[in-house]
Amino acid sequence: MEPLVHLRGAVVLLGRFPALAGVDLDVEPGEIVLLRGANGAGKTTLLRACAGLVRVTDGDAVVLGHDLRADRRAVRRRIGMLGHATALYDELTVVDNVRFWARAAGATVAHADAALERVALPDRLRDVPVALLSTGQRRRVSLASVLARRPELWLLDEPHAGLDQDARDLVDELVRAAAAAGATVLLASHELDRAEAIATREVTIAGGIVRGDRRLAAVTAPPPAEVPDAG
Amino acid sequence: MTTVTTEPTRGVDVDDAPRSTGSPATRALGAVVLALVGLLVLLGLVTSPAERVQGEAVRLFYVHVPTSTVMFLAVGVAALGSIVVLWKGSVFWDLVAAASAEIAVVLTGLSLVTGMLWGRPTWGVYWVWDARLTSTALLFILLLGYQAVRALPADRTTRARRCAVAALITSLNVPIVHYSVDWWRSLHQPATISTLDPKIDDAMLVAFAVGMATYLLGYLWLLIHRFRVGWLEEQVADLGLGDALAERRAEGLADAGGAP
Amino acid sequence: MLADAALVAGKDLRLEARSRVLLNQVAPFSILVLVLFAFALDVEGDTLEVATPGLYWVTVLLSALLAVQRSSAVEAADSNHDALRLAGLDPAGIFLGKAAAVAVQLLVLEVLLLGGVALLYGTEVTGVALLVATAVLATTGVAAAGTLYGVLAAGLRVRETLLPLLLLPVVAPVLIAATSAFELALGGRSGEGWAWCGLLGVFALVYTAFGVLAFGALLEES
Repeated sequence: MEPLVHLRGAVVLLGRFPALAGVDLDVEPGEIVLLRGANGAGKTTLLRACAGLVRVTDGDAVVLGHDLRADRRAVRRRIGMLGHATALYDELTVVDNVRFWARAAGATVAHADAALERVALPDRLRDVPVALLSTGQRRRVSLASVLARRPELWLLDEPHAGLDQDARDLVDELVRAAAAAGATVLLASHELDRAEAIATREVTIAGGIVRGDRRLAAVTAPPPAEVPDAG
Repeated sequence: MTTVTTEPTRGVDVDDAPRSTGSPATRALGAVVLALVGLLVLLGLVTSPAERVQGEAVRLFYVHVPTSTVMFLAVGVAALGSIVVLWKGSVFWDLVAAASAEIAVVLTGLSLVTGMLWGRPTWGVYWVWDARLTSTALLFILLLGYQAVRALPADRTTRARRCAVAALITSLNVPIVHYSVDWWRSLHQPATISTLDPKIDDAMLVAFAVGMATYLLGYLWLLIHRFRVGWLEEQVADLGLGDALAERRAEGLADAGGAP
Repeated sequence: MLADAALVAGKDLRLEARSRVLLNQVAPFSILVLVLFAFALDVEGDTLEVATPGLYWVTVLLSALLAVQRSSAVEAADSNHDALRLAGLDPAGIFLGKAAAVAVQLLVLEVLLLGGVALLYGTEVTGVALLVATAVLATTGVAAAGTLYGVLAAGLRVRETLLPLLLLPVVAPVLIAATSAFELALGGRSGEGWAWCGLLGVFALVYTAFGVLAFGALLEES
């Protein structure tokens, strides 16, 4: 079967600096891949490259069947990315934000509302401007925005950072549920214990290339929670 | 941090690197331009007559009008290059456009100065809000804006695209500015004050033609050289890449040796 | 494309409704500029009256700078640019949506300012049809050019100083045309003013078309 993500010798330049210096990586559908590496190793750039946000200047880069070197826009509808920043409009309410991002991706308002339910944000916060929320709460809203898109490939950049226990558990649960529903997940994290518990594979990045790659012990995942299908 | 070495970059024979942007073709071109300049000075200042109405001031005409015309040509070339950059993304055309735009700034400035020098004996003041001067002043500022965009730090493709858009916005504006300023001045003043075009006789026509040729070829010469400087700059940047890649991977080895 | 434009325009206008930046900051600023002009010029003679169209449009342009900056800043915050690119929206739609939102906000401001000059400069409002047509076309052009330059300068720390330098010279013809049209309208000679509207229409068309074509390329580079 065609790998979902296929990178061969991928080079990404940020300015003149080679953030990725020849990455070789194949990810099969349904995998949960943990990217580990020191700060500056290239994890974030790798995720952004898969999202088509940065230009791959050399090598092969095919994600979800789209050749990123030919057209890096087409793949975006099918992926969901959670970056360092929360990508929310400060003055808009939680509901406004999630609905906007959902509709932008072609999902419906119903999907958006269902996603909001899923991230367990207290009801009283729904009509509050996002600027007034705590970091953890904002992350939940971002998660809801990504969830509402129902992406085939999840790209998560340090999803546990700055979150409390409950929120971290929620992230793990959502990741497992997504994979169980057929999605593929790439996540970069420094929270190795937690991440290794949910990942099926661990890839080590250093100096802009892949240094290590190992399968992780298959974890018996709890039965996936109902992924609401708001049809 | 790795120390900066002074060894020549690997893979390049420094002796082969060009020492200047000249070539036999440009030297020949340059010689022709110099000859034309000499001829222009002779014709413009010495052998052609003064005009009835404007007196000696008309001699600026041989310089001012060619400057203006070539200025528009330079902007046009920049626009053309920009279209190609946005359409196909070509490094060559990006450099051509940038070089042409830079020369256009100089030409526009010159056009303003010669226009003002022409105006002083004719109108008694250095500046009037005449349609041509005003449009040129606006173009000058637009081009300075372009230079500001060019100077922003960015990678090659980003800079090329931003500059292409800026250049196109500028050149699309040129006819609009021309018409609006023209109508504006004609509203407030009868047109006579703008008609400084002199009655031309044969000797003046020759001088004028030489002036046009001088500026045209001079622009071409400048364009080629400025383009080559840009081209060499890009090549220097590219040469660094192989080393940068190697350095980057070496980082990884050092890191991966220890704890991740 | 149009659906995306409507979505983005709605988002920007909703943002304005909640944050009220235009209402609380830009509108008072524009009235302030009118007052400053009065301080700077002779209020006794007819200087203000004669200069009203020009002062009005200079005020509009300065306010437009703020509106465009705000429109651009909203996306620059919190890496919304990335999210916007990832969202799957048609870039041309994003452009039209943002430009439309800016245009609507500016038009509201212009109505307010018209009231302002009527009150402060004692202007008699005549030739309303020409005034409206001029305002709509001029605003469309300024919003289009502004949104395009806004995305060019997006994410740059020097955006605040760069944007005025880039935008104001480009919209200078709009200033000339709109001022002339207003002069004619307020002077009771509307008939002659429609030619200026033609020029404004050309400007609006050219920059809207160019924005639709080029916005996507610039968004990718931010």
